[in-house]
Amino acid sequence: MSDSTVEQTETETAAETEPETAAATPGQHVLHATRESYLDVVKGLQDEGYDMLVDLCAVDYLSHPGRVLPNGVEPERFEVVVNLLSRPLRKRVRVRVQVPDADPTLPSLFDLWPGTEAMEREAFDLMGIVFTDHPDLTRILMPEDWEGHPLRKDYGVGRVPVQFKAAPSTR
Amino acid sequence: MTVHETFEGGQEMKGRDDTGLKELAREKGAVLRLPEGVTVDPADVDVEVGEDETMIINMGPQHPSTHGVLRVMLELDGETVLRSKPVIGYLHTGMEKNQEELMYIQGSTNVTRMDYLSPIFNETVFSVAVETLLDVQVPDRATWIRMLMMELNRVASHLLFMATNGMDVGAISMMLYGWREREIILSFFEKVTGLRMNHNYVRPGGVAADLPEGWQDDVLDICDAIPPRLAEYDDLLTGQPIFRERTEQVGVITADQALALGATGPILRAAGVPWDLRKDMPYMFYDQLEFDVVVGTYGDAFDRYAVRLNEMRESINMIRQIVDLVPAGDYRVQDKKVTPPPRARIDESMEALIHHFKLFTEGFKVPTGEVYVAIEQPRGELGAYLVSDGSAKPYRFHMRDPSFVNLQCLPVMLRGGFVADAVAVISSIDPIMGGVDR
Repeated sequence: MSDSTVEQTETETAAETEPETAAATPGQHVLHATRESYLDVVKGLQDEGYDMLVDLCAVDYLSHPGRVLPNGVEPERFEVVVNLLSRPLRKRVRVRVQVPDADPTLPSLFDLWPGTEAMEREAFDLMGIVFTDHPDLTRILMPEDWEGHPLRKDYGVGRVPVQFKAAPSTR
Repeated sequence: MTVHETFEGGQEMKGRDDTGLKELAREKGAVLRLPEGVTVDPADVDVEVGEDETMIINMGPQHPSTHGVLRVMLELDGETVLRSKPVIGYLHTGMEKNQEELMYIQGSTNVTRMDYLSPIFNETVFSVAVETLLDVQVPDRATWIRMLMMELNRVASHLLFMATNGMDVGAISMMLYGWREREIILSFFEKVTGLRMNHNYVRPGGVAADLPEGWQDDVLDICDAIPPRLAEYDDLLTGQPIFRERTEQVGVITADQALALGATGPILRAAGVPWDLRKDMPYMFYDQLEFDVVVGTYGDAFDRYAVRLNEMRESINMIRQIVDLVPAGDYRVQDKKVTPPPRARIDESMEALIHHFKLFTEGFKVPTGEVYVAIEQPRGELGAYLVSDGSAKPYRFHMRDPSFVNLQCLPVMLRGGFVADAVAVISSIDPIMGGVDR
């Protein structure tokens, strides 16, 4: 790992700790990364000893735009949240990345942790985040011909008719 | 002869030519990252047997050994598994989306149905996440009751694993015994919560009701009843040659592979990694209890069985300690904004009536913020990620279910084994499809 990545990680931490005192929950360590630095930040954390990626999920902030973010972090519609765990340090860290509505793409972490395969597929399926370089980005929970991404905030609850697909007749 | 066009979708396992290199390697069970600078050699990734000699078959979603509706696609060379891919989603009911439509006070009714064999854990992790954002301090007694119920639930869940695992590898009688012992615990749950499953017992602010009179005797009876039965399982399964033949050196996963895949719980511990959140990152009052973390050596199906069997003994020991340590006091927080007033107060106090009405129509509001809470569930790390926008409903609630992540170990464990071993391997992962699909 290059030294620049370490610096980047540290500046991210510094940018984080100052303004978010109001919203930060005690004991929760949060980093903000941009889409460009996302891979480097996560890789840097992996080299620092965060050896497990426990969770990856996406949040749609469409109807909650006024959330507290540290200075310098531009709020976007989507946010991908990655939870890392370090066994040696006994610490958790959460990496939050802003993903714009116009281009909801993010690099895949599959090469760093193959365990992200299912989680990224879930985020794609339910939230429509496209992970580039993912080996098999298909729907995982919804039927494969489903339209739309159900966990998005503009996806109505109970207003969508159940989609059935016609089975070919045997005669 | 007419040939029907069938819909072969992207979720399914395709022929080797239609599968990307990385995906092919994944389905073969290649996990560990290559050193930098090394590229994948296509000839290396390809499986040894020509594709015209193999076939791709479905195992499930109706296969009885798949614990519900798991579907595994296998590429077979005769009896040997070359590639495999779990296909899930048959039980998806949109519970995370539902959670956004339910008030916090209704939330634990929903989460308890996710992983239906460990409902107390689901409720607890949700409640702790809400309480963290609320900044509410739960009374000690409530926390101890939660721990007591969780450890009992862990034993019940592992007992069901013993039952199904035994049946999957041919020890049919084990099915009856496991179910019988689990019923002892479930009837205690019924006494405390009113229901055998899906309790909705642990709620934000504490627990729904205090433990009934004489609960110590009930719990100690359970603690006396279970260990002799575990010794019987030892006779029935652990030392039995057929069972050992079926499980030893079957579905092996190394510690590095398990860590890379994010596997937690008995899978990780059976591979020799002593990682248990109760011990390593203690939450609640687990640091006041004495217990050991059970680890295996070989990471095979037998080790996973043995880890669970011994974890039950540890849990029974912990339950005995908890019985002595449960303090007197409130079983839920005396905060009128979070906890509904007792029914009797409503008849005599206008204020109690107002609070009751407000709580059940509007719910309580949770301050803006986001939080991730994790606890050790029978199958691994159960995480709850909660985002609040300051209203009475969660803005986003995501459950990190261990079964969902652990299922990714399947291609690694199945590679090179027999189809008959696949049954033992799926069983040893102990996936609960309600938690996988949510």
